[in-house]
Amino acid sequence: MTERLTRTEVERIARLAHLELDDAEADRLTRQLGDILTYFERLREVDTSGVEATTHPVSAGPRMRDDQSRESLPRDEAVAGAPDAADGLFRVPKVIG
Amino acid sequence: MMPDSEASRFEPVIGLEIHAHLLTESKIFCSCRTSFGAAPNSHVCPVCLGLPGALPVLNRRVVELAIRAGLALGCTVQRCSIFARKNYFYPDLPKGYQISQYEQPLASDGMLSYETEEGQRTVRITRVHLEEDAGKSLHAGETQSRHTTLDYNRSGVPLIEIVTEPDLRAPATAGDFFARLRAVLMAIGVNDGNMEEGSLRCDANVSLRPRGETALGVKVEVKNLNSFRFLQRALEHEIIRQADCLEMGEEVVQETRLWNEARGRTESMRSKEEAHDYRYFPEPDLPPIEVSDEWISEVRASLPELPETRKQRYLRELGLSATEAGQLAEQADLAQFFEDTARTAGNAKTAAHWVMGEVTRHLKTDGVGIDQVGVTADALGRLVGLVDSGVISSSTGKTVFEKMYGSGLEAEEIVERENLVQIGDRNELEALVTRVISEQPDAAARVRGGHEGTLGFLVGRVMKASRGRANPKLAGELLRQQLRAPGVT
Repeated sequence: MTERLTRTEVERIARLAHLELDDAEADRLTRQLGDILTYFERLREVDTSGVEATTHPVSAGPRMRDDQSRESLPRDEAVAGAPDAADGLFRVPKVIG
Repeated sequence: MMPDSEASRFEPVIGLEIHAHLLTESKIFCSCRTSFGAAPNSHVCPVCLGLPGALPVLNRRVVELAIRAGLALGCTVQRCSIFARKNYFYPDLPKGYQISQYEQPLASDGMLSYETEEGQRTVRITRVHLEEDAGKSLHAGETQSRHTTLDYNRSGVPLIEIVTEPDLRAPATAGDFFARLRAVLMAIGVNDGNMEEGSLRCDANVSLRPRGETALGVKVEVKNLNSFRFLQRALEHEIIRQADCLEMGEEVVQETRLWNEARGRTESMRSKEEAHDYRYFPEPDLPPIEVSDEWISEVRASLPELPETRKQRYLRELGLSATEAGQLAEQADLAQFFEDTARTAGNAKTAAHWVMGEVTRHLKTDGVGIDQVGVTADALGRLVGLVDSGVISSSTGKTVFEKMYGSGLEAEEIVERENLVQIGDRNELEALVTRVISEQPDAAARVRGGHEGTLGFLVGRVMKASRGRANPKLAGELLRQQLRAPGVT
């Protein structure tokens, strides 16, 4: 059994994900995420020797497309959903390059 | 700056990460076009804009080109590789993650080996993996504007990242390697080599260690090295900066630095430590890439001859000099032109001489590539053949070449029409030589007196009198005979 998830770790993950959590949310998520991890700890008890590790539930085979281009979105439509746009460009607060 | 003697107490250890756009028509996970220079956001769709619910579908050609690069670099191509999400926030990355490969890259464990002036050099290739490019941030009007604007046309353009082992030891060596790698990628049709447009980019990892030490020092990643010159200058600067640090007993901080060409120095990106926690995990939206043995064999069979292999063949089989072989072998189309010329001419060395001399000079003046050359390889080959067999002199050859270039005329036609056949007949030439001697009594006297240098001058007069048609060797011989100068055969 590994150590229980700490609140500091939850805060760090939230920061990396650009999420703002208030104290109550941080407490609740620490508990809930901890429960999920505890459940995975239980799964680890299953004997999986002889079972090949996999990253994907399906082996879909070669589902690839041919290299053919198609029309893209009209430019006004492309930026239509943006909170801020001008001259067909998306605009965000200044980023120091 | 510190003198070389001090800096050289440390050995630089350099590895490169090269990003190369793959030459496809459409993007890696959607059908938007990849072409450069279109109006901003005119080549975007829900997939490459990262709109909710959009799903990626892999472009088969992308995989094929990456296999091609992997094989050309001597890598093992994995039968099964997977995509991973690299998570970070930056406005040019619409999804908040880049689809890349982390564990299980497409190809690994290769090398690029080539001849240098200091002998054979081998740089090991750690891996070649697939990923999507990000969009482009435009920081126009940098001082005034409160905004950064974004163009996502480049978002989703297919890339391979090529990572080398830290096998390079000097900035110039790193620059040379990058050039060789670029030539390989262009030769196999994977990348267009265009660094100004950003379709080929390079980052470098560099660390220093005391000479003789085998453990690696703390490394710094230098980004924004988008020309051979930037790469070399940035490395030179960074090596001195790190040597200064170590000399003063300071530690080199492991970080990412940007090359600032205007200031001529690398600058810390001062990014938070956390920004480097990319939390990679397998991409759930894409199945593993499965590559069959048949596919790998097919791609392998379609690989063209690489520049280095071609150079070796020119040295070994055609007897060209290292310079000639290197220059002619570098670009596939120029190499093809040379080989076609040589085949028709029947003499590779003379053909090489003409392609590298007259032809290259014309291309340079006109500012065009070999694809727009003003003479066919066959026609040039026939001209070279005429010179090589002594039908026309080599100076007449040059005149004929000028008349052929861009006109579509054949060498034989010009030679016949203008009566340019070389005068190889002794009697015919004898008369010319006699005339030149009588016209140039002073020079003739000097040659009689043993002044060898003046003989060349007289040969020049004979050439002129014959409108370039005299066989210069025979002219020299006859001059010597008539003047009873030393060296008569």
